[in-house]
Amino acid sequence: METFTETDQHVVIKNQGTVPLRLIPVLPYNVFLSDVLALLQNSKNHCVNYYAFPYADKLKFICCIADDEAGNLKVLSHEQSLQREVQLISIAKDSFPLHIFEREISENFGVEFINSPWNKPLRYAFNRADRSKVINDYPFYRIKSDELHEVGVGPIHAGVIEPGHFRFLCNGETVLHLEIQLGWQHRGVEHTYLKKSTVLQRTVLSESIAADTAVGHATAFATLMESLGGIQINDRLVIERTIGLELERIAMHIGDLSNMCVGLAYQLGASVFGALRTPTINFAQLWCGNRFGKGLIRVGGTHYPLSPDLIDSLSKFLDNFEPRFRTMANETFALPSALMRLENIGTVTKTQMELIGAVGMAARMTGIQRDIRQSHPFGAYSLVPYETVANITTGDVWARALLRRLEIEKSINYIRTLIGKMQSINEPPSKPAQDRDIKLNPEALTISLVEGWRGEICHSAITDNEGEILHYKVKDPSAHNWMALALSLRDLEISDFPINNKSYSLSYCGHDL
Amino acid sequence: MLSLVLILLASIYFPGVIVKVKAIFSGRKGPSILQPWYDIFRLLKKGSVYSTSSSFIFQIGGPIYFSTVLLAALFVPFEEATAVFSFTGDFVLFAYLLGLGRFLLIISALDVSSGFEGMGANREAFYSMLIEPAFFLLLGALAMFTGYNSFHEIFANLHYDSYFSAIIAIIAGYVLANITLVETSRLPVDDPLTHLELTMVHEVMVLDHSGFDLGIIKIANNIKFVLFSTLSANCFIPQSLDLSVRIGIFLLMQAFFAGGIGWLESFRSRNKMAMNAQYILSVSAIAMILIFVVIIIKNRI
Repeated sequence: METFTETDQHVVIKNQGTVPLRLIPVLPYNVFLSDVLALLQNSKNHCVNYYAFPYADKLKFICCIADDEAGNLKVLSHEQSLQREVQLISIAKDSFPLHIFEREISENFGVEFINSPWNKPLRYAFNRADRSKVINDYPFYRIKSDELHEVGVGPIHAGVIEPGHFRFLCNGETVLHLEIQLGWQHRGVEHTYLKKSTVLQRTVLSESIAADTAVGHATAFATLMESLGGIQINDRLVIERTIGLELERIAMHIGDLSNMCVGLAYQLGASVFGALRTPTINFAQLWCGNRFGKGLIRVGGTHYPLSPDLIDSLSKFLDNFEPRFRTMANETFALPSALMRLENIGTVTKTQMELIGAVGMAARMTGIQRDIRQSHPFGAYSLVPYETVANITTGDVWARALLRRLEIEKSINYIRTLIGKMQSINEPPSKPAQDRDIKLNPEALTISLVEGWRGEICHSAITDNEGEILHYKVKDPSAHNWMALALSLRDLEISDFPINNKSYSLSYCGHDL
Repeated sequence: MLSLVLILLASIYFPGVIVKVKAIFSGRKGPSILQPWYDIFRLLKKGSVYSTSSSFIFQIGGPIYFSTVLLAALFVPFEEATAVFSFTGDFVLFAYLLGLGRFLLIISALDVSSGFEGMGANREAFYSMLIEPAFFLLLGALAMFTGYNSFHEIFANLHYDSYFSAIIAIIAGYVLANITLVETSRLPVDDPLTHLELTMVHEVMVLDHSGFDLGIIKIANNIKFVLFSTLSANCFIPQSLDLSVRIGIFLLMQAFFAGGIGWLESFRSRNKMAMNAQYILSVSAIAMILIFVVIIIKNRI
């Protein structure tokens, strides 16, 4: 079955589709530039990945733009010489969301983007082009003024979670500008994909990209390998994986609600939501032996099929969880002192989120319906359609809290539907594929989009002529959304930073890779 | 002398009761009531670490704060039982002894030149400035009501002989309770449990204090709690009862106050920082009402 169509400018594939590399038209840069900008004019299109890699004696650039209306992905490319200094006109100048990709390309390969609006190093990768640039010399944005002062927080977090540096430009208690500098946790994930050759090693690596999205990233990797290797999986496995994803969503959302209550100093909410998270992750423990769902997702099959006994305890868990959650949520969202801390705090607009290319929750809380589950269905979402939460538009901390509540309720119902669907499936569970059974398509490109709890996860791989992975690219939703946090802080009291940070709950390691 | 003994006695279990009540309301068992003191003893056994960028101000800040609070405790009476010191207008000295201690903490926070501590010092100075009128309006009203002007005489002669004067006890108790929350940096003004420097008020000021210094600052905080709750207890306990009964009531009341703070902190969230000024000023406004009630009762108009 052909999973792609060709035009002169680009190749069109479905989510998790594979296309031979030679079929992607290589455009001159000026054509590429105008094509990309023309596509991004439409707000239904957004760029999910744009990266470069050395290919033969050239530097090959791949850009992938998702069409949320038609549910397909358009892949464009251009090539530049590896030998000489490359100078290109910046696309980010006219379409800001691409700044994150251009900064990465610029950092890794020394490509200079002319007129780039925010050309700062992204994460100080260890194999960056210019090693004389070091993290301690990061070019912070500054304002010279006697009235203003700077507050620097981090890179060591007060709760010793993950490292990140936040630089506030303040006028008294009011924040004028927040700059977030990450990269302290760079581990070389993409490089490690190439060094580790067995599929098990690579799966475990995927689970470790961001430990709070273990199922999400592992699903993105597994589906990518299956597409690239032509491995067929049955509906039973598809549904099980989706249940895993939705459970992860429930666990993380409720954990974040608990954390937000800690930020409000609302003890009842903090302890009840915290206590409700435990049975959620305990079910994951019961299912696959790990509370974060590590080990659950494997390429081509699973070690932990969802047996009738497990389905039974899952239903019991949901029946017990739902009324308790609803009671506490009603209580919290009606508490005046809590609402005072949530409403109209850290407001961002829909236009701002469109401009920075926010994905996942950060987009949905302003009313942008950007949800891979709905626009590019994968897994069980193509069997049972999922309708994303669409009626939250205020873009403040309250919106982010309420979105979590509504998504938890939706996920509970969705899991129940999937359980019902599973009853009619009589396929036997399949074992994970072994290395010797996996033959990847040579000279091919695959893109896999998965909606994790935070937002859109994008994994992309390119194989060489022997079917070995030549380049692996990971993008966590946090890469885009950190900018949303910075925008939220504009003209806000500095003491409201923690509650905003918790309300976005972004990943440091997902960004740093 | 009796009042000092009672204050020190109550400060032993006061912080522990808050923690315990909060733990129980969140469904946990909670640590022993004496745990805050075990922590303090652990700190007292340690040495202090001083930042190289700080001067002698930072080193004297903690001890002076501690001694001013202890000194202030000498002025607080237990109804007609005299405090260690008592003279006309001693409550002014009481208020400014606490003020002096706070001033030393504020400048020692500025001394370490940390952005966070400067922010916390700024907030604490602002809130304590706003709460000061409430305290003096309250004491002024009580002085006018009783016709005396020292702590001891005021509380020794605070008799409620009509239903009208019960209003005074209620309002005075309410105002004192709110002053306690602001002065000791509890909810809704400050969150003593947060680990987030950017939202802290009091905690961030003492971020650089460690070991022995931190220990005595914590002791001073515990005593400060009881100072204010003793003042409110003085407004409520009827003097017609036996002394031993009144001591019993006093100790129970302290536990009740502590429990009340624990309850408050369990079921609401803290204020938005910008709302704090409004909230604190409302306490002063209520103290103004108290003055008017007294004027009406005493037919001063």
